[in-house]
Amino acid sequence: MTAPRTLFEKVWDAHSIVSREDGQSLLWVDRHFLHEGSFNAFDQMRARNGAVARPALSLAITDHYAPTKGRDSGAGDPAIADIMQRLVVNARDFGVPLIGLRDSRQGIVHVVGPERGLTLPGLVIVCGDSHTSTHGALGAIGLGIGASEAAHVLMTQTLWQRRPKLMRVCVTGALPPGASAKDVALAIVARLGADGGRHHAIEYAGDTIRALSVEGRLTLCNMSIECGARCGMVAPDEKTIDYLRGRPDAPEDFAAAADAWALLPSDADAAFDREIMLSGAEIAPIVTWGTSPEDALPIVGCVPDPAGMQDAARADHAREAIAYMGLHAGQRLQDIAVDRVFIGSCTNSRIEDLREAARVLAGRQARVPGMVSPGSGPVKRQAEEEGLHLIFIAAGLDWVDAGCSMCVGMNGDLVRPGERCASTTNRNFKGRQGPGSRTHLMSPAMAAAAAVAGRLQDVRPMLTGRAC
Amino acid sequence: MQPFTILTGPACGLAQSGLDTDQIIPARFMKRPRSAGYADVLFHDLRQDPAFALNDPRHAGAVILAARRNFGGGSSREAAVYALADYGIRCVIAPSFGDIFTANAAGQGLLPAQVTEEDGEAILAALADERLANVDLQACSIRIGVRAWAFNIEPVFRTKLLNGWDDIDLTRSCQAAIDAFVARDTATRGWAGRKQAVLF
Ligand code: SF4
Repeated sequence: MTAPRTLFEKVWDAHSIVSREDGQSLLWVDRHFLHEGSFNAFDQMRARNGAVARPALSLAITDHYAPTKGRDSGAGDPAIADIMQRLVVNARDFGVPLIGLRDSRQGIVHVVGPERGLTLPGLVIVCGDSHTSTHGALGAIGLGIGASEAAHVLMTQTLWQRRPKLMRVCVTGALPPGASAKDVALAIVARLGADGGRHHAIEYAGDTIRALSVEGRLTLCNMSIECGARCGMVAPDEKTIDYLRGRPDAPEDFAAAADAWALLPSDADAAFDREIMLSGAEIAPIVTWGTSPEDALPIVGCVPDPAGMQDAARADHAREAIAYMGLHAGQRLQDIAVDRVFIGSCTNSRIEDLREAARVLAGRQARVPGMVSPGSGPVKRQAEEEGLHLIFIAAGLDWVDAGCSMCVGMNGDLVRPGERCASTTNRNFKGRQGPGSRTHLMSPAMAAAAAVAGRLQDVRPMLTGRAC
Repeated sequence: MQPFTILTGPACGLAQSGLDTDQIIPARFMKRPRSAGYADVLFHDLRQDPAFALNDPRHAGAVILAARRNFGGGSSREAAVYALADYGIRCVIAPSFGDIFTANAAGQGLLPAQVTEEDGEAILAALADERLANVDLQACSIRIGVRAWAFNIEPVFRTKLLNGWDDIDLTRSCQAAIDAFVARDTATRGWAGRKQAVLF
C-alpha cells in the first residue's frame, strides 16, 4: 500500500524524472508560458546555439507591454514597440506558438492559460513570472521562474527544483456579504506575512475554498506569491471539471482526463508540514495601507501606530511605509482620499471580477478617474455582451483593452508620482504602478466603491438591495 | 560562471526589510538587453534619496550587502540579480529571501547568505563601524572585524556556486532518463499533451 499523499505530492511525483541526493529533482514541464520579458531567456538560448525542445508545449503571449488604448496603431513608444516585436521575432525564430497583440485571444498569460483550457489539473506549468502560482487554482503546480531557468526549460522541457515543504491553509465558514476571494487572499497574506510562505507549497482547503468559483480560486492562488510561497493549489472538483469542459484547448479525451483528475485530491490522512486555520465568516473587506501586501487590514480599521510595535524592524518598516504613503498613524482607512482607480491585472480581471465591480457601479458615478482593463479579449467580449462596459462608461471610467496595464505600468499606463490608486492588483510595492505611486490593494467591489466615494470606502452599505 | 569560494571586500548595510525586486530594479528599466549592463539602475528609485546608504561615498565599491528580511521578494525578474551583479555585488546577507530570487542568484554566481534575524541585526550594527566583511562559502561563515556568524544556504546552491556549475550541462547528462520518462508519461498521461490540431 502506498503512503497517503497530498495533491502536491501526487503531481510532483508524476513529473519527477531524476532525484538527486542533494534534494533536487528534475521535473517534466507540461506547459511553458512566455511573454515580452522572456527576451533574456531567448537571448541566453541563442548564445548557446540552443533549440526549443518541445515548441508545442510552449506558448508566448504579448501582455506586459501591451497598449490598452489605440492598439491598432501600435505602441507610441518605440522602446515598447521594440520589446513587443522582439517576442514576435523570437517566437518565429524558435518556432514557439504566439498569441500576439492583435490576436483575438490575447490577454494576460495567467488569464489566457485557464481560459483556453491549457491549464489543467495535474500539470506542471512554468512561466518567467512570479504570478504563475495562479494556475494552481485548477490543481496544477504553477512555478514562477527566472530567465536562466526559462532558457533551461526551453532547451530541455525540464526544470531542477527542490521539493518545497507543504502547508495547508484551511478556511472554513461562509464568507459574509461583501467579502470575496481577494479578501481571503489578503487575510492570508496578512496572517502569514510577506515571507511566511517561503519554501512552501500551499494547498488551500476547507469549505470556504470549495465554495469559491474557479475564478475566485484563481484570484486566491495568484496571491500565493505575496506570502512568498513557491506555489498555491486547490484540489480539482466538479467545479473545476465544469469550468474546463468545452474550453478550446482542453483535452480531446476529456472523460479520460477527468477520471485522472478525480484521483488528484489529497488523501484523507496525508501529512502537511504546517497547517493554518482561518475563519471565513470573520473575513471582512480588506485594504492595504502600506508598501507590502502584508500591510492589510479590514476597511473599518485605522492606519497602525509604529510606536506601539514590539519589533524594531517592523516598526521601522511601518514608519517608512506610512511616510511613503502620505498617511498618519491612527488615521481611519475610510478617510483616505484616492486619486484614481484601477480594475484589472491577473488577480482580478476575469468576468466575475468585472460583474462584481459593475454591481457596485451600476447607476452610480465615479468621483475620480479610473480604468477597467479586462484580463483577455474573450473576457472583454463577454463583458460587452453582458453590457458591463456600459455601466463602467456611464460611471465615468475608461473601458480599455486587455493587458498587464497599470498593474506594473510597463506599457505606459502609470499612476503619477504622489498619486494614490485604489487597485485590484497584487502588489503595493513602492513605485510599482509608476515612480512615486501609492497603491492600496483591494477587491473589485471595494475598488468600485472607492471610485464612487473618491476615498477608501466599505462596500457593504453600497450593496444593500442589489442582487448578488 | 565564476566559482565562489571566499570573498573579502567592502560591505554596505541597508537597514530595510522587504527590498523587493521592484526596488532592486524598477520595471521601466527592464527593456534593455543584458549586454547593455544594469549597474546604473540598481536601486534606482531608492537612490534618489541622498540618505540611501549606497549613495554614501564610503560605500563605493561595495561587493557585499546586508539587509533585513524578505530581500528579493516579489517579481521573478532575473534582472534584479543582473543589476546587483553588474554593480559588483557578489553576496547579499539577509534573514530571508524570495525563493525565486535565491534560485536566480545562485544561477548567476551571487551568494544569498541567510542568517537569523538576530544575527542580521548584529551584522547591520557591526557594519555601522566596520567597512570590510569576509564571506567564506566553504565554511558558511561571515566575519566582520573580530566577530563571526554562520549563514545558511541550500546545499545545491552552495555546490553550484562553489563550482560555478551550469544546470544545462547537468541536465544534458540525464537525457536517457528524460527520454524514458517521456515514453512512460505519454502512455499514462496522454491527456496532458497538447492537441496537435491546435495551431497558434
Ligand atoms: S497583471 Fe501584473 S502581476 Fe499579473 S502578470 Fe501582469 S504585471 Fe505580473
